[in-house]
Amino acid sequence: MTHLDKLEAQGVHILREAYKEFKSLVMLWSIGKDSTVLLWLARKAFFGHVPFPLMHIDTSFKIPEMIAYRDRLALEWRLDLIVGQNTAALAAKQTFPAGTLSRVDCCKALKSEALRHTLSGEWPRLRMDHALGRYMPEEKREAFTGVIVGVRADEEGSRSKERYFSARDQQHEWDVSDQPPELWKQFKTDFAPGTHVRVHPLLDWTELNIWEYIERENIPIIPLYFNHGDGCRYRSLGCYPCTKPVESEARNVREIIAELQSGKFVNIAERSGREQDKEDGGLETLRRGGYM
Amino acid sequence: MSTAKNEEPLSVVMAGHVDHGKSTIIGRLLAETGALPQGKLEQVRETCRRNAKPFEYAFLLDALKDEQTQGITIDAARCFFRTAQRRYILIDAPGHVEFLKNMITGASRAEAALLVIDAKEGIRENTKRHGYMMSMLGLRQLSVLVNKMDLVGYSQEVFEKIRADYTAFLERLQLQPVSFIPVSGMQGVNIAARSAETPWYTGPTVLEQIDRFRNKEFPDKLPFRLPVQDIYKFTEQGDERRILAGTIETGSIAVGDEVVFQPSGKRSRIQSIEYFNGPTKTSASAGEAPGFTLDTQLYVKRGEWMTKADQPPLKTSTRFRVNLFWMGRAPLIKSKTYKLKLGAIRSPVKLVDVLAVLDATELSTVANKQAVERHDVAEVILETPKPVAFDIVGDIEQTGRLVIVDNYEIAGAGIILAAEAAHSSTLEEHIRSREIAWKNSTIAREERTASYGHGAKFVVFTSADAALGETFAQTLEKQLFAKQFKTYYLGIENVKRGLDADLRAEGEIHDDHIRRLGELARILTDAGQIFITSLAGVDDYDLQALALLNSPHEIMVINIGENSFNRFEPALNLAADTPVTTGVEAVWNLLRQRHVIVDYQI
Repeated sequence: MTHLDKLEAQGVHILREAYKEFKSLVMLWSIGKDSTVLLWLARKAFFGHVPFPLMHIDTSFKIPEMIAYRDRLALEWRLDLIVGQNTAALAAKQTFPAGTLSRVDCCKALKSEALRHTLSGEWPRLRMDHALGRYMPEEKREAFTGVIVGVRADEEGSRSKERYFSARDQQHEWDVSDQPPELWKQFKTDFAPGTHVRVHPLLDWTELNIWEYIERENIPIIPLYFNHGDGCRYRSLGCYPCTKPVESEARNVREIIAELQSGKFVNIAERSGREQDKEDGGLETLRRGGYM
Repeated sequence: MSTAKNEEPLSVVMAGHVDHGKSTIIGRLLAETGALPQGKLEQVRETCRRNAKPFEYAFLLDALKDEQTQGITIDAARCFFRTAQRRYILIDAPGHVEFLKNMITGASRAEAALLVIDAKEGIRENTKRHGYMMSMLGLRQLSVLVNKMDLVGYSQEVFEKIRADYTAFLERLQLQPVSFIPVSGMQGVNIAARSAETPWYTGPTVLEQIDRFRNKEFPDKLPFRLPVQDIYKFTEQGDERRILAGTIETGSIAVGDEVVFQPSGKRSRIQSIEYFNGPTKTSASAGEAPGFTLDTQLYVKRGEWMTKADQPPLKTSTRFRVNLFWMGRAPLIKSKTYKLKLGAIRSPVKLVDVLAVLDATELSTVANKQAVERHDVAEVILETPKPVAFDIVGDIEQTGRLVIVDNYEIAGAGIILAAEAAHSSTLEEHIRSREIAWKNSTIAREERTASYGHGAKFVVFTSADAALGETFAQTLEKQLFAKQFKTYYLGIENVKRGLDADLRAEGEIHDDHIRRLGELARILTDAGQIFITSLAGVDDYDLQALALLNSPHEIMVINIGENSFNRFEPALNLAADTPVTTGVEAVWNLLRQRHVIVDYQI
């Protein structure tokens, strides 16, 4: 088995375990390369099917190509896609682009808060109606207690402390210092009522592995990741006011892999184009409060 | 750069007693392999100079923990670096006893280990405990770093003494380290480069040693073992395949191979190996997680093992002897039911005996303990209500390992040393004492039969299709009632919502539904009723338990269509497409044959 075969088998095993153990399960899909690989792994695990809904939190500041790509795959792969949004904050213009919030606070409002209330079913949700081919408001909104997320341990400090199955309390808080043991493919799958679980099938993957796997499986990836002749590309995708492209000549998956293996990015962090990480406390502060 | 070499990272765990210098050695390794971001080393030296603190390589780790923008990630858990040979994931296992569960988590992910011993302090409590854990986790690639050699004047004598003592300790655990290396993290001795300070040492440096470690190979030569993780049928998407899914633990399998499921004993053949978006597979081996279709429609449940018919089977028992390490806050005690996880098995489990509690640091036995405390290692006998299948760790390591869940947490980890003869089960003991104490009614059974015009019976319909079983059962009830017989149909859902509403304990819910239903049957058959129920998805052991619980009265099992039991002989087998009227008529005939219903009295 190659290292990609091993990573794939491990991810598949974790997804099947989550599907078996948790009743109300959802997978977060940010449209980026990692969560799209995660979605592909679900199709691997369930032989072409995705037997649980996907959720996308739309901040309304996503790069437009991302939304078009999301809707295209949702229809093509017949995904049960749920979309949530912090409509109140957007209506009140309480955002960073409106000049009323810091970057970190904007992330909290449009991502963490929106996610929390969309998962619980408190806030309105849109759900893809495949018969109609468009999103419809969801009437009966189930609360999800198991959430599959595409975080990787190599992304930054706090993510490297994660478990494959990680408990969050009712406030979505994470006790980093007291985490359950995981060994011999046995994970924490028993939870007290009121807690919820995050499942991390990509924990052991690196940025390079993600691209190697995209190449091997020929996974359709949003073209924003490639240089289209202007000498820059996105290395990580987010909201356009806070995500900058990086200078790169890589025009396709093969060139991105070459760049990561021996080129200029060997010692530069992937999230270096994400401005919110540079603010006080950055990602660790966001993650303790429920950011993915 | 050649990509073939560094494709596959190797996971190495750093273990050892607290303050024996793990962080310093990691800092050195990172600095000397060029894994640090530019300027980091100078920055930390400068901070130390300004604070009038002597520079230490361990500070590098602390500095990197807070760093958000560097190219590599380091924290208490994992860091990534590469040598000319390949990439590494270095797992820093905490040396403090409080963090043993983190140490176990880290070490279980590792393929090799570096264990650090302070030359001056020598072997300490966690030096031994960590050695013990590695042996239990099956980590065989171990190198021991005797650190802080500068503090003992690079004395060969000190080094050899530690080597001899620790080798002797590990020998008792059947663990042989691949090397002992005299190092100084502080002075950079024998980390990346050989040092003139230890001319008497001719072995590898730490860097050379880790480059010599080998990636874990999947055991594909051992007998085939697949824990059935789940069974899928995505019919609503127009997919008619019935797929068994799981990750192959050991061995290999090919299309056409005859397979046996344990513990049910069912047999079939592999029809296809399913894998999404890849070339057609005709075989699969250890480490892979494909799907399988069988050439017969079998009802197999999660938790069974798929094995090959021509290979040695797993052991099957309700009792087994286990070497157990306990991490739970509350001790492991005899009067409580826990949850066992072994492969895909999820079963209630009880501690029946503590044979010995080992002091993991001394390997000596503490006598007369009745419970297993936190951080104890103990040899215990565990018992499950139904037989489970497993391997002895000495035969097949991968399928002889289990964890125990207490209060939602993985609290214990163990390896199975032996299958124990299942002497009379807890249930049999319970029935025996219940029947001895049972106060018989002053009305004899014959008197009731004469008065009611029929005998008593517990009739159980089993079917994979719950609704079908219920239809048969309710039709029978209606017809019996129309003849003025004393009869009652009780669906399991009513039992769950009523009598069993208090059941919350993990894992034991299913068995307790069965137990209470069986107790109820004992009472109602004693009351002269024809008591009817229908159950879906029950196995051999559920039916045996019901038969036992209903004794001294007899059970009558009517099976409709396919089912998930194999050995239990139903009184009547009906095809799934049997019309209800025909089926119920057959049950009437059976009740007549068994003299439950006596025709001339109707």
